[in-house]
This record gives sequence, C-alpha cells and structure tokens, in this order.
Amino acid sequence: MSAGTAVMAARRRLVIERRFVIGGLLVAIGLIELLVFGRVAVKGDAVFTFTLTGAKVNIPNLTLPAGPTSTIIGAVTTALGLLYVAVDLPKVPRRLIAGVSLVGLVAAVLCWADASRIPFPFVALLASTVASSIPLMLGALSGALCERSGVINVAIEGQLLLGAFGAAVIASAFGNLWLGLAAGALSGGLIALLLGLFAIRYRVDQIILGVVLNVFASGITGYLFDSLLVPYANRLNSPATFNPIKIPLLGDIPILGPVLFDSTVFLYITYVVIALVQIGLFSTRWGLRVRAVGEHPEAADTVGINVLLTRWRNVLLGGVVAGIGGAYLTIGSVGSFAKDMSSGEGFIALAAMIFGRWTPLGGVAAALMFGFATALANVLGTVGSPIPSDFLLMLPYIATIVAVAGLVGRGRPPKADGQPYVKA
Amino acid sequence: MSDVPTSTPPETTGAPEVPATVATDGSSPGPPKPSAGEAGRSVAKALLDAVLEGSSVVVTILAIFLAFVVGGLLIAFTDPTVLHAWGSFFSNPGNALAQTWDSAAGAYSAMLEGSIVDPHTVSAAFHGGSIAAVFNPLSETAVNATPLILAGLSFGVAARAGLFNIGAAGQFIGGAMIAGWIGFAVHLPLVIHVIVAVLGGFVGGAIVGWFVGFLKARTGAHEVITTIMLNYVMEYLILFLLGLSVFRQPGRPDPISPPIAPNAELPHLFGPNLRVNAGLLIALAAALGLWWLLERTTIGFQVRTVGANPSAARSAGMRPEWVWIIAMLVAGGLAGLAGSTVVQGTDFVLTAQIYGTYGFDAITVALLGRARPGGTVLAAFLFGALNAGGIQMQASTQIPVDIVTVIQSLVVLFVAAPPFIREVFRLKTAKAKAAGEVEAKGWAA
Amino acid sequence: MNILYGLTTPDEGEILIDGVKVDFKTPRDAIGLGIGMVHQHFMLVPVFTVAENVVLGVEPTTLLGLLDRRKARREVREMSERYGLAVDPDAYVEHLPVGIQQRVEIVKALLRQANTLILDEPTAVLTPGETEELFRIMRELKASGRSIIFISHKLKEAQTIADRLTVIRRGRVVGSPPPSASDSELASLMVGREVELVVRKTEAAPREAVLDVDGLTVLGAGGYVAVAGVSLEVRAGEIVGIAGVQGNGQTELCKALMGLVPVHGGRIRIGGRDTTHASTKDVLESGVSYVPEDRQEDGLVEGFSVAENLVLDTFDRRPFASGIVLRLDKIRQTARARLEEFDIRAESIDTPAKTLSGGNQQKVIIARELGTETRLLVANQPTRGLDVGSIEFVHRRIVATRDAGAAVLFISTELDEIYALSDRIAVMYGGRIVGIVPPSTPTAELGLLMAGGSPVTGADEAGGSPVTGDDEAGGSPGTGDGGEDSETDPREDKPGEAGEVEQV
Repeated sequence: MSAGTAVMAARRRLVIERRFVIGGLLVAIGLIELLVFGRVAVKGDAVFTFTLTGAKVNIPNLTLPAGPTSTIIGAVTTALGLLYVAVDLPKVPRRLIAGVSLVGLVAAVLCWADASRIPFPFVALLASTVASSIPLMLGALSGALCERSGVINVAIEGQLLLGAFGAAVIASAFGNLWLGLAAGALSGGLIALLLGLFAIRYRVDQIILGVVLNVFASGITGYLFDSLLVPYANRLNSPATFNPIKIPLLGDIPILGPVLFDSTVFLYITYVVIALVQIGLFSTRWGLRVRAVGEHPEAADTVGINVLLTRWRNVLLGGVVAGIGGAYLTIGSVGSFAKDMSSGEGFIALAAMIFGRWTPLGGVAAALMFGFATALANVLGTVGSPIPSDFLLMLPYIATIVAVAGLVGRGRPPKADGQPYVKA
Repeated sequence: MSDVPTSTPPETTGAPEVPATVATDGSSPGPPKPSAGEAGRSVAKALLDAVLEGSSVVVTILAIFLAFVVGGLLIAFTDPTVLHAWGSFFSNPGNALAQTWDSAAGAYSAMLEGSIVDPHTVSAAFHGGSIAAVFNPLSETAVNATPLILAGLSFGVAARAGLFNIGAAGQFIGGAMIAGWIGFAVHLPLVIHVIVAVLGGFVGGAIVGWFVGFLKARTGAHEVITTIMLNYVMEYLILFLLGLSVFRQPGRPDPISPPIAPNAELPHLFGPNLRVNAGLLIALAAALGLWWLLERTTIGFQVRTVGANPSAARSAGMRPEWVWIIAMLVAGGLAGLAGSTVVQGTDFVLTAQIYGTYGFDAITVALLGRARPGGTVLAAFLFGALNAGGIQMQASTQIPVDIVTVIQSLVVLFVAAPPFIREVFRLKTAKAKAAGEVEAKGWAA
Repeated sequence: MNILYGLTTPDEGEILIDGVKVDFKTPRDAIGLGIGMVHQHFMLVPVFTVAENVVLGVEPTTLLGLLDRRKARREVREMSERYGLAVDPDAYVEHLPVGIQQRVEIVKALLRQANTLILDEPTAVLTPGETEELFRIMRELKASGRSIIFISHKLKEAQTIADRLTVIRRGRVVGSPPPSASDSELASLMVGREVELVVRKTEAAPREAVLDVDGLTVLGAGGYVAVAGVSLEVRAGEIVGIAGVQGNGQTELCKALMGLVPVHGGRIRIGGRDTTHASTKDVLESGVSYVPEDRQEDGLVEGFSVAENLVLDTFDRRPFASGIVLRLDKIRQTARARLEEFDIRAESIDTPAKTLSGGNQQKVIIARELGTETRLLVANQPTRGLDVGSIEFVHRRIVATRDAGAAVLFISTELDEIYALSDRIAVMYGGRIVGIVPPSTPTAELGLLMAGGSPVTGADEAGGSPVTGDDEAGGSPGTGDGGEDSETDPREDKPGEAGEVEQV
C-alpha cells in the first residue's frame, strides 16, 4: 500500500462528498420547481414590469406563463444538478451552475408568487434592494475594515443605531443634513472609540465587548429618546431627508439607471467607500500593512509597523463607515429616529461580511443578497403572495447558517482576528 | 473573567528552572506558610491585598459602583432642573451640586422602592394596610430575576464548555413556543399539565441549542454566527406561527395566542397578590443542578476541560464535539425553561415579543456572575432588582426605564475590563495577572 | 537579541554601532541602523506571497500611491539571484518548506540593507542538508561584506561556521574561545559544570510485541503526507527511540497512534488489537500512556488544579468515578500519594497547574501517565525545555517503566538522549523510517540517516549538542521569541552560545 494512493483516495473522498451534497441539493431544488411550482402550485401568467413611471425609455412588460416557466427552470436545474454530480467539473463551470440555479430558483419563486396577480414591479424590487442594502453594505465594510486589522467588530449594530440617532438629532437641531451626516459618522466613531479602548487597550474579549456595546447603544439611545426626543420632538427629532440625485445620462439607462444612479447621496457614498476599501486593502501600502497586522501582528511589528496604531485607525474608520450607514436609516430614508430602529441590521451586516469571506466585495455582494430578500418580502407583501413573508425574511439567516456550516465553501478569517496584541 | 472562555496565552511557568535549584533539593518553591500566630494579620493583609490589587470580588463591586455613578450622572444631566441649576453654577454652585445629587438620588431611591421595599407601604401596613404590598417589590425582583437566572445559566454552561451562546433569545422562543402550545392546546390534569409544559419548554429550547452544537461539531460553524442567525429565524418562526389559526387567539387581529389553561400556570408561592411563582424554584433548582453537574460529575469535568483546553481534552481521550453538543443542548434547554417560566408564570399568552431582551440579558448576567451558577443567581437578582426598580422609577419620576439597560451594559463592560477599573480607582496591578489578564479568542478558536 | 532588534528595551548599558552610541526603541530604529534579524519563529505572513512579505514595511509604490507589485517582485528576484537564494516571489509563504521560508527572511533583511544579520537558532528546524545550504548562503553574505551573528546551541555548527565565538550563559558572557577550541572546552564553558549524560539501565529483555505498526500513512494539516508508510514494532520491555530532525513526521506518528488524527492508510495494532481507527479514549483504555509533545497545550489544563490534572484521562474510571458522579475523596487521596511519589513541588494538590514550574508540570504529566500500570508508553519529547534535574527524573521513570514490562516509544530530537535511553533506534526522515539501528551505531552513521541518507559532510552536527533539551520550546512565552530579559524563558536556564561570523 503506497502512501500516495492513500492520500489521493482521501482527497478524492472529500471532493466527491461535496459534489454529491451540492449536486443533490440542486437536483432537489429542480425537482421541487418542476413538480410543485410547475405542476401543482402555479396557474396563470406572471407579468413583470421593467419601467418606473416617468422613465424616458419604455421596456414592454414581460408576460410568462408561470407554470411552464417553472417547469422549464426546474428541468434545467435538475439537469445541471445531475451534471454536477456525474462529472468532476472545474471551478468555473461549478460556480456557473450554482449561480444559474440560484437565479432560476428566484425566477421560479417570483413566477409562483406573481401568477395571475397584479404586474410584478421588477425595477422597483431592484431599487428597493439597493436602497435597503445601503446600511448592510456599509456595515459589512465596517466589519471588513476592523477584522482585517484583527479586531472583531460585533458592535456594528450599535454603530448603526448611534449613527442613526446622532444624524437625526443634529440634522434636526441645526437644520442641516450634511451636519447630520457628519454627526452620524462621528456617532458611529464614538462606539468604535469604546470598542478600540476596551478591545485594544484593555484587551476585553471582543465578541463579548461587541455584544455589550450593542446593548449600551440600545440603552443610551432609548434613554435619550424618551428623555429628550419625545418631549422635544419638533426640535430634536424631525430632520429632513436627503433627496435623490439623478446622475445625468447614467440615470436614464433602462433598468440599471433607476436602480443604481437615481438615489440619495448615501448610495454614492457607498460606491466610493466600496472602491476605497477594496482598493485600499488589496492594492495599497496601507492595505498590505493592515492585512499583515490582522494576520501576523508580530511579523508586522518586527518590520516596524505600529500594530496598535494600525488597529486603532481601522477600528475608528470602521465606526465612521458604519455610522454613515446608520445615518442613512434616519436622514437617508424615514427621517425621524425610533427606538432600536437598526433592528438587527448590524448583525446581518456582520453575517454578510463573514459570508463574503472577510472581503469588501464579497461582503457587499452578500449584503445585496440579504437586501434582496428583504425587498422581495416587502414587494410580495404589497402584491400579495402565497409565500408567507416571514419565511422570506428568514432566508438570509438560513443562508448564513448554510454558509458558515461550510456547505457553500468556508472563508478563512484573518489569523489574528480577535486576539489582542501584547508586545513581546 | 477567568472562567469565561478565554484562551490563556502560552505563558511560561512560574519559577525558572535553574539547575542550582535542583541541586539543593530541600528548598520549596512556594512562599513560606504563615505560622498560626500570624494568621490574624495575614487575613487582614490578604483582604488589603485584595482591595489594593483588585481581586475579582472587589473589581466587581467597584464596577457596579462605577456603572451606577455614570448612570447617575446621565440621569442628572438630562434633567432640565439640573441643567438649569448648572447654568447658574457660578452664582450658586451649591445649588447645582445639590440638584445633581437630588436628581440621581431621587431616581435611585425610586428604584429601591420598586425592587426592595417601599417605606410607604410599610407604614400603611402598620395602619391596617396590605401586608402583601410590603413584599410586592421583593416579589417583583424575584419575578424579574427568574428568567434571568435560567437564561444566564444557559450562557454560563455554554461558556464553561468554551462556547459563546448568543442564542438564548432563539432558544427562549423555542421553549416558550412549545410550553405555550402545550399550555393552551393540550388538556391535561392539574399538576401534570404544568410539569409537562415546563418539560416541553426545556425540550423546545434544547432542540434549538442542540442544532447549534451539532453544526459546530459536524462542520465547525462558529456558534456566535449560528446562534445570532437562529435568533432571527426563531423570531420570524414565532411570528409566522402566531399567524396560523392553530396559534392565533380567536377574535384578535394581532399576533397573540390564546391564554394557557389554568392547569398549566405555575402556582404562586405566596398567595395571589404577589406574582412570585414556582418558576423561581425551578430557576434555583436549575442553578443547583447545574452546579452539581459541572463540579461533581464526569460530564461536568469534561465540559470544564474542553472549555479550558480542548486540545488537552482531546489528548486525554475526551471528545470536544460531544461536549459541545451536550453543553449546547443543556444551554438551550435552560433558555427554553426561561421561556416556559415567562409563559407559564407571568405572561400566560404567547406574543411575538415574548423573548424581550432576555437574550442579551443572559449574557450580561452570566458575565457578571462569572459563568458560575452561584454568581449567576446573585447577578440575576441584581439585574432583576434593577428591572423591577426601573419600572417603578419610570412611574414615579418619569425617568425612562432604559437607563437600566445603560447601567447594566456598563456594569458588564467594566467587569470585563479589570485593568480599566484598576486604572480608574488607582489600584495596584495584581502581580500574577499583569500580562493580558483578559485574553480573547477569535472566530477561528 | 531582541534588544538589538529593538523589540525589547534594555534596562541599562549601551549599544555601539560603528563606534557610535545608538538608542533603540523600535524595530524600525534597528532596521534603520542596518540590523536585520531572522527570528527563530519566522515573522512571515503565511497568506501573503513572498514578495509581499519581503516588502512589508518598505513597500514600493506607483505614482498613484498604489502598491508596485512588479517592482517588489523584481527586487526579490534580483536579491534572490545575487545570493543564490532561489526563492519565487509569487509563491505563497504558507506553501513553502521551512528552509525556503528562512531564505525569505534573509531576503527580507537584505532588502532593508542589513549590514548585520542576526540568525537566531536558524538550524533548529533544518535538516543537515538544508543546514549546509544555509552555511553556503552565510559564507556568500560574509563575502559581500556583511556581519552575521549566528546563535546556536549546537557546538559543531558554531565551530564550523564562526570566525569568532562568544559563549553566553544565563545572560552573561562567560568566554570568547577561538573556533578551534576543543569540544569539551566549549561544552564546559556552556554548561558551567561537567555534565555527563548517564542513564543507569540494564540490558533490555524484550518480549512480545505490544505496538505493531504496518504501512502507516497520515496526512498533515496542510494535506501533505506527514507519515508515509511507516512500519514499526515495539516490544514489551524495550525502549524504541525515534531520532530525527524536528518536523519529519514524528508528531503526526504519535498523534495517529493515539487516535488524535485520522489514519489514511496502513494498520496499527496495540496488544494484538486493531486500533487503526480507534478513538483516543479506546487507545488510552487499552493501557497506553501518552506524554504529548507540548505539555501546556496538550498535556495539561493550566487553570485546573494539580489534582484535577492528575485524573485528566482517568476521571471517569473507577475508583475516581462511580457512574457519572466524581469521587472527589478518591481523586484527592490519589493526588496526594502521587505528589509524594513523584516529588512534585506544589503547595498543595489544589494549586493550579499554571503556577508550577515547567519541570513540575511535566512531573504531573509523568505521574498521571506512569502512576498506574501501563502496557505502552508513547512519549514525545518528554524532556523538552526541562532543567537537568528534571530530565534525569524523566529518564529514570522511563527506564523504570520499561523494566516493569511496558513497551516504550520514545521520541526526541536530541541524539544524546536517544543514545542514552534507547534499546533500538528508529530514524525518521521525510515521514519515513529510514533505518532501525542498535544504539552502538556511530553518530556519523546515524546522522547520515537523519539527513535522508544524502552525503552530508558534517552529518553528526544535528545532534552534537550537550544535553540541554531542545530550544524549540513548545510553550515559548507569548509571541515566540523569549528574549534575554525574560526570567521564565526556558532558554535562560540552559547554556547557550553565540558564534560570530565577522568580516571587517
């Protein structure tokens, strides 16, 4: 018995196991689409609209016979699943198959949801996806900034909440939205200051710390809300909101225009932050040093990089970014502050960051996915659908569990993430 | 903090191994033991050392004190009267300070009245008033403490196995759901009904907890993520169930279940006028049981070993995966019990918000109690008193009850950072703990 | 050395460079003054490429302020070619063997214009062949006008490569003998007193085979083949020593025997029973005692009391438990007896293990594992980082275990120890047993085997050190490199020496 063959066999076993799990899952989804959606559940046509009122370019509505469409999608997914199991495919086709199947599933669900009801506002769905993803994306970026430098940020929720509070109060008190935006950013930074103080300086366990800071943010905003914002609601809690800015030309592109280029300043800030963080972390001197600190702080120290300073800077930056996301919750959308209005979005952002394997772009993609589920639940609520919205709202969380369980491929956190640095 | 899951750095051991020491075999490495005559002085010295170097008890007390001071300042400086007085600080500094003191002291004494005893009811009792009213604050404290004890134990047992159970909320819902359903949908005789419902609560939470342990053991999924996610899944699940006709109270548009049968209610301990009920006994029994399990059984020994050093546990033939599953099962069950004490002891119906803030309170209580059953009970009573007193305070002084949340989070924050407390109170640093007393672990751990 | 590199600040004294007094505060200061250091534990980020690691801290950037990866790559390639280092700038460090990683460290220092290079125990992780290669590189660097401080506790290496020697013992310079000084002269300087490693033992009387390993294959953490088809037999009443440079599969072999890592091929039998896929508990219950390599990580629970640690793997057996209930009285009673019998210096049985010295911690493990009857003892580097007295104690106990009729598998990287204890010596190289020889085999022959049979000049170097325990202390304090100022550094207690290659 040679060592080589034993090793090969062991590796093969792992690969085959994963192939069967994922392929089997695809086949199961395909069969459900084929048999349940296609045959039993769906009758009539699904109508999708692609234009918002007032758009320059009109795209005709898409009408699909819901049952047959689901049947076709189901058949294709099943076939792809079988292919996945049968053939040992390289990475790219594997991902492609998974992606196509996922899109098919969404389409099938939409068909089912929409069959023979009012036309389905597709563009509105996407626009709402992007809008509701803004705090998630910024939160995920905040997480990536902190954790790449080795500080776990579970306090995103608290940063969002205090950011929302600060933005609303200042924008309202001074009647200046930009001041409110700055205040929101600083408020997020304030939680980050506490995070940095206790995590970096006093080396408190960072997961515990994050949880406690979230409770603190909830308590302090709740207290100030009742003691100040309620009695002085007119003066302190009635800010204006940012108006959408339509970018010339880009804003007129069919479908994409209204989704991506006709929004408040928050979306454009988000674009900039995404680009800055992604390029910053992976293509600049600063990013290389940050990642070194997050992976191997001793190594960074021995080449003269100030580990604690790097961490402080990133934690504070992360707080500011999440604070902007929080500001969106008030002065970017609803205006006034309400108790616990971040309602778990910080935790979803954390999940998105982990789902995105600690990368900015991955986190943003995951945030969009989570935003899509939320938007879909809302839209389906308005068009009236057979799917209980509670289940749709559950989906992102279940997806995250599936992701961390490694079924979709597990990321690797920075090696020194969460470990306080003590100089030798 | 030494009992909360932390990974001690691989610090080297005490005495250096100098060959010379080995040569002179007689010398003992330990400090000389105090003789009998010095015993009294050494006790006093130990106490002094404890204060100066900040032993865990002293740090805890100082942390609580500091949190109350900060909370008091917050109360005072959001009080218009106080702010007004400070506005004329230079003309009348005494007034500013007095107003500040009055504002905070007023709030805290209202809290005491709501959680321990209200002097008015005592004097009323002497003049023929209700005796029960005298004990009502204590009863309310106990009622508030009950689910906190159970949820805190839930976090604690997981922590002893080296796991962060952030999922008490989801497990609480799991327990409340099943206990509530048994309560209103199943018809059983007296005594049996209440017991079955309580057990159902344990099972409901245990299932949710088990799932987390199973995922961790099988796939390595980090429990912090899975528990947080399951909290949301469970929140939507109960919302969904309360929308179904099986769970919906007839004639009510909002998501609320029918009331549970009287048979399933936990009996009051001291008559119908005081809310304190058998749930308290369940919680105390659970604490005692958990202590026994952890300290006196082979299962507890494995839990503690795995929590302290999974790698050594493995080398000693233990299976950390198995321990994680057991610990999470028990943790979930305890949180589920918390849910059943709320449904069967105080609320009597299921609502979508039944889990309240127990999920995070569980963490704060357990951290304050250092993940030990006894400490958790004490901490739960403190937080229960704060909660009960906070409601009274809001009623009589209009100070928002959220101040309690602020104080609670500050207590835990400070307790978790002994070096911070030492710095604030200028205590000497404990010699042995100087380097990185509180060590943290990351996602990968 | 950490002081020289600015990681630790000195309490007093001064450092002169080119005759000028300098003041170090941070590694950056040291780098600026032309000092480069190759740490014993590499300071490389595993998920970075070689180029990224090398330029970290001195990154070239483009006009736009972005990282100039191309320039970084070029610089690494140039430097690597100039000194014949042969490192690929685009390889990820985590995929490189340790020998190459060490070269990356050297490139890193050179790119920072280091004139003085500090190499801290660079050969501890190298095979003799890799060591030769390192010496070649060092000579080349010397020829280019650089000074090298070479720290080693291996006599032969220092003599081979150094131009000047300085012996440091317990933080003091004890002498500067010429490289031509005799072995015994150097050794006595290093140790301070004559040390003779003598283990009193009788001729082995081996009986039936207790451990029978056949074609064992184990994968390491990264998926590489750590143990490749090892076959081995250990009989009752004999000590089989496994010799080899660190990292040649010894640890994985032990873990596989103990059921701690999955076996991918082959068969293990203990006492005639197949335990290839048995759980650790099963293995332990079939009468195996295990002394793990890293006592603080795997052997002990530092927060537990001595008494608890003494029953760590027997807590659920009679008499320590009845059913699921722990019998605390029995546990304490036994603990007191062990404390006495094994001369464990602890204040009481309730003292936490973390307050014990390394030697006493190891005694706790030995007491636990050898306190009861055992059929097979697997001891992986049981004397690592211990003082001479404790080493003698451990050796005596191992021989006593053999004499009581147990089979002993003893792993050490210290050749002297292997020679002193073993009845048969198995040599491991690259995951294979490359030879099983009697202890009468000459060192040179053994050294050749340890190097994988390749012809290496100074083949006996690998084991040429006096009995001091390996410097690769498992529980090294905090972040690796102990540092001279640390009272608790196990190295402190041991003789050390510094050789110097100097070119003026």
